[in-house]
Amino acid sequence: MRDFFIQGSYLTASVLFILGLRSLTRPDKARRGMQLAAAGMLFAVIGTLVSHQIVDYRWIAAGLVLGAVIGYPMGQWVPMTAMPQRIALSLTLSALAAALVGIAEYNTRMTNGEGIPRPIMAALGIEVLLGMITVGGTLIAAGKLQEVITSRPLTYRGQNLVNAIVFLAMLALFGYLVASPEQRGLFYALIALAFVFGILLVLPIGGADMPVVVALLNSYSGLASCATGFAIGNVILIISGSLDGSSGFILSVLMSKAMNRSFTNVLFGAFGSQTTAGPKSAAGLSVRSTSVDDAAVQLAYAQLVIIIPGYGMAVAQAQHQVRELAELIEGRGGEVKFAVHPVAGRMPGHMNVLLAEANVPYDKLFDMDEINGDFDRADVALVIGANDVVNPAARTDKASPIYGMPILNADHAKSVIVLKRSMAAGFAGIENELFYNPKTSMLFGDAKKSLTGLVSEVKNA
Amino acid sequence: MLLLELYVFVLAAFTGYMVISKVPPLLHTPLMAATNAISGISLVGSLIAAGSRANNVATILGFIAVVCATSNIVGGFLITDRMLRMFRRDVPDAKREGAKAAPPAER
Repeated sequence: MRDFFIQGSYLTASVLFILGLRSLTRPDKARRGMQLAAAGMLFAVIGTLVSHQIVDYRWIAAGLVLGAVIGYPMGQWVPMTAMPQRIALSLTLSALAAALVGIAEYNTRMTNGEGIPRPIMAALGIEVLLGMITVGGTLIAAGKLQEVITSRPLTYRGQNLVNAIVFLAMLALFGYLVASPEQRGLFYALIALAFVFGILLVLPIGGADMPVVVALLNSYSGLASCATGFAIGNVILIISGSLDGSSGFILSVLMSKAMNRSFTNVLFGAFGSQTTAGPKSAAGLSVRSTSVDDAAVQLAYAQLVIIIPGYGMAVAQAQHQVRELAELIEGRGGEVKFAVHPVAGRMPGHMNVLLAEANVPYDKLFDMDEINGDFDRADVALVIGANDVVNPAARTDKASPIYGMPILNADHAKSVIVLKRSMAAGFAGIENELFYNPKTSMLFGDAKKSLTGLVSEVKNA
Repeated sequence: MLLLELYVFVLAAFTGYMVISKVPPLLHTPLMAATNAISGISLVGSLIAAGSRANNVATILGFIAVVCATSNIVGGFLITDRMLRMFRRDVPDAKREGAKAAPPAER
């Protein structure tokens, strides 16, 4: 009877999780759906608590309370601008939980002298392996996103060789453990090695590649909880873990496609660290800089303005000024659309969340495929702190490192205004032909200040 | 048992793939937050480790795991809801442009 109740609660939870994720296809249905998923979580937890495997509730109660105390501020108070590092840290926590359960299970089986069947050992091995890689990797990713660690790729000679050796050593340990699970010391060595490998894996990856990395680590942490399910024979862990894993997998595929790069290239390529001179130099070309007044006039009399936000907008925290400017232009009868590149920012969907926070309605936010046809009739493309995602070299210049990456057709607009701090190259370290296009005028300075100026000038225009 | 678990794994991964590939880029960040919250399900395993009184190591590791997983569940669902609350439509504009203003989600 009790088992029936437990399995029923797990089944209910699984169905509610899937319904919750499905609701995310519709922004207007998503909130209700996620509330269902939260209810599902409650079912699963209650179902587990009545299990007769649990005989002592003191540590559980303490853990639940402490977890809620830590979780509440992480959910309620973290600002939207800190979302990428917040997501990375929560991946650390979920992977750590999975790995710890695996270590506890191994330890219990060893202490009881039960012996560990090979399939179980394989599951435990995969669990701590993926779990600890994720812990190490996400800690570094969070550090880079918070800029505690430099967000530039950290590379050294022979890096790929060192990584390959650590990777192979890890695989060898894993294989040996599956063959003879009793080697306790080796199990702990595997944990340490996986943690180190996670760190080494993410260190050479630069800030702009973080969307792929975070998505990939999301997938690993999902698979780690999946392996937990296999190791302790719990179906709900398998189901939720594979949902999580497939989500991370889909996102990482989408992100690497949007950069026209393979996984291996992101993970082992250390993009932007090549010091070979860029394919096309800017020598002999000149940029046209403009003033706030002139740019404001252009915007005020435009029929269609397409705004292209990038990481620079997030850094300057200028999303509120952007919304204000858009509303002013609309108030004057112009139309404003936002073009969001899949890898703009530091995580999948980063720009959408920032703009939604600034109260930009989501029916004005468009994906690359939806908006690219509209640039031809746009009077002004306003680029705010974006660079590589509008570089036409991706279409034409075979020598360019970003060649083949799908970009936003900003250069098809009748005129282009680029808000930029200075003439420094983008993340990929390459010159952007768009800036030298005769249609383009550059408005140098902090994005927030420039936008505040534009807002007051458009008001007076 | 193992074979049955493999069935569950494959089918769940397949379902996940079908469902999640329909999520529009607009909601990719809430999606990551949501799957994070759901991955707090490792609480189920942590509870058993912390409460089964198997040995001290298991209890302590289980306790830490309970803390991690719970903070993910609480924080994850709260932040997902906070984000989703921010996504709103422009009502008058939607009326003005009629069907054209349908959200990208309905492609």
